[in-house]
Amino acid sequence: MKKVYAREDVCIGCRLCEIACIVEHSISKDIIRAFKQEEKRPARNVVEECGPVSFSVHCRHCDEPPCVQVCISGAIVKDPATGIVNHIPEKCVGCWSCVMACPYGVIKRDTDRGKVIKCDLCPDRDLPACVSACPNEALLYEEK
Amino acid sequence: MLHQPITKNYHDFIIERDPEKCIQCQVCVRQCSYGAHIYNEKDERVTEDEARCVGCHRCEALCPTEALTIRRNPSEFRENALWAPQFIKNIYKQADTGGVLLTGMGNPYPYPVYWDRMVLDASQVTNPSIDPLREPMELRTWLGSKPDAIEVEMKKGKPNLTTQFLPQLQINYPILFSAMSYGSINLNVHVGLARAAEELGILYNTGEGGLHQSLYKYGENTIVQCASGRFGVDSKYLNAGVAIEIKIGQGAKPGIGGHLPGEKIGKEISITRMIPEGSDAISPAPHHDIYSIEDLRQLIYALKEATDYEKPVFVKIAAVHNSAAIASGIARAGADVIAIDGFRGGTGAAPTMIRDNVGIPIELALASVDERLRQEGIRNRVSLLAAGGIRCSADVVKAIALGADAVYIGTAALIAVGCTVCQRCYTGKCPWGIATNDPYLAKRINPDIAHRRLANLVRAWGHEIQEMLGGMGLNAIESLRGNREKLRGVGLNEVELNILGIKHAGA
Repeated sequence: MKKVYAREDVCIGCRLCEIACIVEHSISKDIIRAFKQEEKRPARNVVEECGPVSFSVHCRHCDEPPCVQVCISGAIVKDPATGIVNHIPEKCVGCWSCVMACPYGVIKRDTDRGKVIKCDLCPDRDLPACVSACPNEALLYEEK
Repeated sequence: MLHQPITKNYHDFIIERDPEKCIQCQVCVRQCSYGAHIYNEKDERVTEDEARCVGCHRCEALCPTEALTIRRNPSEFRENALWAPQFIKNIYKQADTGGVLLTGMGNPYPYPVYWDRMVLDASQVTNPSIDPLREPMELRTWLGSKPDAIEVEMKKGKPNLTTQFLPQLQINYPILFSAMSYGSINLNVHVGLARAAEELGILYNTGEGGLHQSLYKYGENTIVQCASGRFGVDSKYLNAGVAIEIKIGQGAKPGIGGHLPGEKIGKEISITRMIPEGSDAISPAPHHDIYSIEDLRQLIYALKEATDYEKPVFVKIAAVHNSAAIASGIARAGADVIAIDGFRGGTGAAPTMIRDNVGIPIELALASVDERLRQEGIRNRVSLLAAGGIRCSADVVKAIALGADAVYIGTAALIAVGCTVCQRCYTGKCPWGIATNDPYLAKRINPDIAHRRLANLVRAWGHEIQEMLGGMGLNAIESLRGNREKLRGVGLNEVELNILGIKHAGA
């Protein structure tokens, strides 16, 4: 399946991917409204940074996802057809088990709603928002 | 702070932040390598220190909501035709520091730009123009020394060329990437230049900083430079490219050497330049083994000897008052190609006074060199490269009509990869990731993007050159070379027209 891959050598740590993610998953999908009027939710990726080294970490949509295994309410499911690890907010009870189980640290807590949020590879778009927002082509969306 | 030094208050730019649009995302804070954008954690607001802004527009380019506008500081000194603001500000700076003023890029002052005072011809009625999209249009160029005449013998009824040619370089466009050293720009930019040159079938120039190990594979498209510091020069290096350039001078700083401070000599640069890590890389003003044309001849032939007479030797000089006579000497000393760098040529660092006051315009230098070599009957012995301030394809066409075989582009190439000509290259903090070796900043150049954009630029110029040639009824760049009849001056005086060797428009 196609996944988002980060190129550490050209990631410039601008975090526009995080901003694009927040906007894409906002109600209005308008950057200024999303940040100024809507309740702010965290981005679904994390830019890790240490000095000159930076890269964006995204859900790997693992073949055997630890988050799916530990979810007590069946709120995280791997779609056998697409391979995408989906989160069903209606079922999520906010126990944070998946947050602890994820080896990449890319499941985030939305403390306002008491639920987790995670990457869904932007179902409404051809190219995930983070990938198209990267100014330096440091994110690739491809089959490897 | 109640009191601030005057240099801080009389800053050049102001940062306008539209509070309606700013989402406090701090992209500007992370992008500004000069610290002009500051995030105040207490107030959770981005603020600015405008005195630090250099006007590079990086923040503006990356702001996701277009909340930022960088403007000239509207604050004005009392108007004075003599004491223009830059003189006042420079004096303040020097009174503060006691130091030499430094700057980057090329001479920005409003000296005449002769490219803009020359116009091109086009065919109408009496001779047909040519459509390059329908008919062949040759941009291919051969650089190198041409024989005075060719000899042909008939063998079995077929002509056979018997003249031995000196080495020639074939390039698909009359455009080369000029010398920019690894050190002044970083490896990512070099990779972009090398790959673009390979794709286009042109050449890039290593500059004086040696050739990084990873770039030896682009040798077929590389000119290796040998400058006064001799950094990174050994026989492997000399044989790595297809040509060797002896750098005598640089348009941005004629008569001046170079100095890459020790702090910038990291591991990779130290290996490439073949000097100890942390040691200053000092390029002397002259080559200490060249004090005359005869000495230059010795170096030219030493380099030819070292490369088996297989590679043309270029000699690059800054355009100065006696360029024509100097070029004649260089041609007679055995150079295959002479590159002339005009006073608009860029640099990674130069004393401001030198950049802005030394050297002459490339248009005049080029015309006088071409004319002199023709008069002496030795124009065929060398190819001429014009450098320093080539901004567009029309400049290329005009340069070739004035007598150049091809042009070098440096600043234009950097602009293609993001440079906004803010002239702060000497700080090593280039926010566009070009003139810096700081690994955090250098990552901002993605070699793949740089490669693509550079190749696009040259291809686009190629199309435009073909259109202009076709309009003039020419079907090969060869037919334009030194064809000054295709140029006319606009608003030039008699002396200027004479030097350029062109008629005034209407004549």
